[in-house]
Amino acid sequence: MAKNILHVENLTMQFGGVVAVDNLTMDVNEGEIVALIGPNGAGKTTAFNAITGVYEPTNGAVSFNGVQIIENHPQGKMKKLYAGKNADKYKHAMTKTPDELTKLGMARTFQNIRLFKSMTVFENVLTAKHLRRTSNIFTATLKLNHKEEMRMRAETDELLKLVDLYDVREEIATGLPYGKQRKLEIARALATDPTLLLLDEPAAGMNPQETQELTKFIHYIREKFSLTILLIEHHMNLVMDISDRIYVIDFGEEIAEGVPAQIQSNQKVIDAYLGVSEDE
Amino acid sequence: MWNKNKRLISNLIFVGALLLTLVCIELFAPPTSMWFSVLRKVCTFSLAAVSMNLLNGFTGLFSLGQAGFMLLGAYTYAILTIPVEMRSNVFRNYGDSVINFQMPLVPALILAGLIAAFFAFLIGLPVLRLKSDYLAIATLGFAEIVRGLVQLQNFGPVTNGPDPINMFTAPKNIMAYVAISGISILIIILIINSTYGRAFKAIRDDEIAAEAMGINLAHHKRLSFIISSFFCGVSGAMMAMCNTSVSSVSFTSAMTYQILLVVVIGGIGSVSGSIIAAFIFYASSEWWLKFLDLETFTASGSKVPLLGPGFRMVVFSVLIMIIVLFFRKGIMGTREISVYDGLMKIRSLFKGKQAVKEEK
Repeated sequence: MAKNILHVENLTMQFGGVVAVDNLTMDVNEGEIVALIGPNGAGKTTAFNAITGVYEPTNGAVSFNGVQIIENHPQGKMKKLYAGKNADKYKHAMTKTPDELTKLGMARTFQNIRLFKSMTVFENVLTAKHLRRTSNIFTATLKLNHKEEMRMRAETDELLKLVDLYDVREEIATGLPYGKQRKLEIARALATDPTLLLLDEPAAGMNPQETQELTKFIHYIREKFSLTILLIEHHMNLVMDISDRIYVIDFGEEIAEGVPAQIQSNQKVIDAYLGVSEDE
Repeated sequence: MWNKNKRLISNLIFVGALLLTLVCIELFAPPTSMWFSVLRKVCTFSLAAVSMNLLNGFTGLFSLGQAGFMLLGAYTYAILTIPVEMRSNVFRNYGDSVINFQMPLVPALILAGLIAAFFAFLIGLPVLRLKSDYLAIATLGFAEIVRGLVQLQNFGPVTNGPDPINMFTAPKNIMAYVAISGISILIIILIINSTYGRAFKAIRDDEIAAEAMGINLAHHKRLSFIISSFFCGVSGAMMAMCNTSVSSVSFTSAMTYQILLVVVIGGIGSVSGSIIAAFIFYASSEWWLKFLDLETFTASGSKVPLLGPGFRMVVFSVLIMIIVLFFRKGIMGTREISVYDGLMKIRSLFKGKQAVKEEK
C-alpha cells in the first residue's frame, strides 16, 4: 500500500453555532490526486483552510507525512456551544501556522488568485524560494549569500521554463491573462518544494479549453515533481478526468467517498447536487 | 544584463556628480548661505523618510511611531556625546549627569539606533499583532508616551527632565550629514534588494499569500519594524546635530506627519522618491518660499497684497495639494530614479519614438 501523506481525522470546524465542517475524515496517499467536491457552501474551502493552518479547527486532528501537525478540542466558550461529535477524543491543542506547514512541504493555491501584485512573474516565484534560505538578514544585506541568491534565481528560471512562463518572466504578475495567473500561482507553490500540493478551485473561471489544458498541466507537474495533490473543484469534467479518488461533502458532512465511477452513480451525491423534492 | 549594467553605471555617475556638487557647495558657498541649514535638514529627513518608507511602503505596516524612535535616538546621542567637563553645567538642575563619559560620534550614532531598535523590539511583540489603522494608533500612542516619560523629573539625571540638552558634539560640515545619511540609505537599499526585501514586499502585497509561501509573518514584520526604527533613531541623532539642542517638545506627532507627507509626496515604495521629496519639501518650506512671509512693498510704496506672516504655509499647502492631485502615487510612484531610462526618454522625444524602437 502506498504511503499515507495526509490523514485528516474527525475534523470539525464550528463558527459560533454554525458547523461548517462536521467530522470530516479523509486520507491522501502518496502520488494520488484526490478531489474534495460538494455543492456551494458545503464547507470545502473551510476544510481546506483548517488543514493548511489558516483556521484553527474546533475539534479533530491532522497529520502530514506521519507527523501530527494539527490537533484541537473544543475549548472555552466553544465547550458549551459545541455541536459536533467526538468532543472528548482529543486532549492536546496544537496548530501550526501556514508558513510552518509550507516549510514541512505543504503548498497551496487560492480560490481567488492571490499573487504578489506589484512584482514581476519572476519575482513572484523567487519570493517563494525565501523559505529555503540559509542566509540571515546580515549576510543577505552584505550580499554574502551571493551563491545562494544565484542558485535561487537559476532554479526560478528553470521552473519558469518547465511551466512555460519563461517568456513573460519580466511582466507584472497581475497583467497576465487569467489562465496564466492560475498557472503562475501553481508555479509559485511549486517553488517551495512541496510534497503535497493543495489546489483550491484551480479551474474557477476557465473556459472548457483552458480547463482541458489545466488537466494536462496538473498531470504533468505531478509526474515532474512527484507530487501528491488534493484539490477542490466545481468543474465536474475536470474532477472526473483527473482524480484517483473523490470525497463528497454536503453541509459539512462527508456523504460519499470513492473512485470517479462510483461517485457518478451514487444516489446521495446526485441528490446533493440536484436537490431532492420533499414529497418523495 | 547589459542594460542593467548601463543603468547601474549611469546611476553611479549621477550619484558621483551629486556628491561633487555637494562638495562644491560646501567649499564655495558663502557661510551664511541657506544651503547649509537646508541640506542638513534634507539629509536628516531623507533618512527618516526612507526608514519610514521601508516600514510603510515596503512592508505595508502603517506605523506612526517615528517621532518616538527619533526622540530616543536624539536623546541617546546627545546624552552620550556631551564632553565630561560640560556635564555638570548641562544637568545643573539635577546635580550631575549619571553618565560620566563621552563617546565618539560614530559609536554614539550606532548606539542611538540600537536603543531605538531595542524599544521597537519590545513594543513590536504586542503592537504588530494589530493591522492598518490600529497599528498606527498604537505606535502614535507609543511616541507620545516616550515623549511624556522623557520629561519626568525622576529621569532628570539621565534625560535632564523637561530642560533641553545642549553642548554635545555636532559636526558643522554638510559632508558629515551626507555621509551618515548616505551610508544608512545605502544599507536600506541593500536590504530592500535582498531576499528579505522581497519577503517584505510579499507581506505588503498579500499577507495571506505570503504566509502560505512560507514567510513567517511575525518574524518578518518585527524585523522590518526593528530595522526601520534603528534608522529612525539614527536620523533622530542627526536631527539633534542639526539643532545643536535636544528637547522633547520638538518630537511631536506633527513631525511624524511631516515625514509621512514626504513619503507620500515622494511615492510610497520608492527610496529615491523619498529623497527627492525631502529636498523639495524642506527647501521650499524653509527657503524658497520664505519671501512670502515678509511684508514687501513695491517701488511706489504700496504693500504687495497677501504677503505677510503665515502666507508661506498657505502657498505651501496649496502646492502639496497640487502635487498630490497631479501625481496620484507621489512623484516617483513605486519606481526608482534611473538616469539611463530618463536619458532614453529625452532622446526619444527628440528622435521620435519610432527611431529608438528600431534601434533596440
